[in-house]
Amino acid sequence: MTTKHSFILAALGALVSIAAASRAEAPDADATARAQRWAVLQEAIFGDRTVRDGAGVIELDAPPRALDAALVPVSLRVVGNQPIKSLYLVIDNNPSPLSARITFGPKADPRSMTLRVRVDEYTLMHAVAETQDGSLYLAEKFVKAAGGCSAPAGSSSEQALKEIGRMKLKLLGDFEAGKPLQAQLMIRHPNFNGMQMDQITRYYTPARFIKTTEVTYEGSRVFHLESDISISSDPVIVFGFVPQAKGKLEVVVHDTDDRTFAHSFEIPPPPAT
Amino acid sequence: MAGGLLISRRALLLAGASVCCFPRHDVRSQDRPFTYSINEVAPGIHVREGVDAEAATDNSNAIANLAFIVGRDAVAVTDPGGSLADGRRWRDTIRSVTRLPIRYVIIPHIHPDHLFGAAAFEPDKPVYVGHARLPGALAQRGEYYRERLEQVLGKESAGRVVTPSLLVENTSTLDLGSRILELTAHPEAHSDCDVSVFDRQTHTLLPSDLLFVRRVPSLDGSLSGWLKTLAALKSLPAQRAVPGHGPQCVDWPAGAADLERYLEVLLNETRQAVAQGLDISAAVQSVGLSERNRWALFDDYHGRNVTKAFKELEWE
Repeated sequence: MTTKHSFILAALGALVSIAAASRAEAPDADATARAQRWAVLQEAIFGDRTVRDGAGVIELDAPPRALDAALVPVSLRVVGNQPIKSLYLVIDNNPSPLSARITFGPKADPRSMTLRVRVDEYTLMHAVAETQDGSLYLAEKFVKAAGGCSAPAGSSSEQALKEIGRMKLKLLGDFEAGKPLQAQLMIRHPNFNGMQMDQITRYYTPARFIKTTEVTYEGSRVFHLESDISISSDPVIVFGFVPQAKGKLEVVVHDTDDRTFAHSFEIPPPPAT
Repeated sequence: MAGGLLISRRALLLAGASVCCFPRHDVRSQDRPFTYSINEVAPGIHVREGVDAEAATDNSNAIANLAFIVGRDAVAVTDPGGSLADGRRWRDTIRSVTRLPIRYVIIPHIHPDHLFGAAAFEPDKPVYVGHARLPGALAQRGEYYRERLEQVLGKESAGRVVTPSLLVENTSTLDLGSRILELTAHPEAHSDCDVSVFDRQTHTLLPSDLLFVRRVPSLDGSLSGWLKTLAALKSLPAQRAVPGHGPQCVDWPAGAADLERYLEVLLNETRQAVAQGLDISAAVQSVGLSERNRWALFDDYHGRNVTKAFKELEWE
């Protein structure tokens, strides 16, 4: 059954939900290889620092089987009361595994952050939370998805290039001064990762992706995101912050072509006239 | 007069027969036990119906509807089948109907169930025909698809990628000898490289997967683009159409109704979900559920269709 499904879903785009049925046949060998892969990555990213089990501190939420490997929603949730300085998202088997590094500022509500990512093949994902005192906590998730990094961008990328830097902000809850609020930030950007082929010219589209996204509220940081080629085209980021009665949320995005895009949103938004 | 035609149509429908199909004959090839039937849905147009299933060893990925068209001098295959095994059987079938040369093999888009039979026709040295974007799509996804198909069917049965040499950029015609086929390369719709065929002689449209009936559609291009393309196809002077999946033949444009309704539900409800501030995962759980009992394999494809639609519509 899995085999049948795996193929036909694979047929849909190079996006593909479910891949290699044969992989399921050697679970132990695969599990060992994955554990080794993470050991190498952990050392490369965190050196010899201790990384603890993150139960009760950090949770990682991703669909076990992605519907579209070029657009996998991933949520990092901070639970418990430890003050969190930053979050790391690692997609172990992606070409560039360290996918996002988020540093929170004083205006953040760090409890929930959602990104959309590309997944190149069946992989473990890791979220690491760093507390203010420098301790590291780890959460892990296995995701079945493949082909997301080279999925053709199609006409959506033409649209994204035309509107590059356009931004939208949506408040996801009721605004109340002093109360944490979730917001969805959308950024038009093709986020070419160098693995997408132009289907007419058959040349690979050169990489051009967002490197940093800085979000501040009334001049003070909400979060700073360092990202890489694993972030989906037209990035959508859901984050939490603590607004006052009236203020401005500023977004500054910097990409690998050295272009800067900035946008300012009034919170709460002025009433539509 | 119109009344008489309506009555006879209704009578045929009540009798459970499709108005557009001629009697079927069964095909069985001795060394390959898989049996299926073909119908001549209009003079010289023969169709094999695919099964509503996923690729598996017991169906050799024969899941798509395939057709060939016989002219005075030659044959055009409008879909080569979903694997080398499927393509070989399909070629045997064609040979059991006509000895005319197979001059054209059309690969109607990038998906494997319409692609991997192509290599079976190499002994005929046909001209392989496809959308101008198809070679690029094949270069990008072809090997990946082949590996996946080999995992299901095995190396001998899967087949390899064949790249078309006659590319259609807008429109083009193929002449089979007193029989002209009009080919149209569509903008992004079901996929980004859909080609449809219109037979002038019998006013038959062969849209491949631009038309799904009975089996849930798969969106791999643009939802709004597909609706536009469907509207354009509906305005063609076609009497019948051969869906890429579903029955061998439907009346046209009436046969587009289910697909159009599905796509419109997907469009409207995804737009609502975006407007309500739902995230993509929540949208997948709520959009289009009224369609669930109306399609085969709904749960296997619908969620992905919603994801694709959401990404397209959230920037409107």
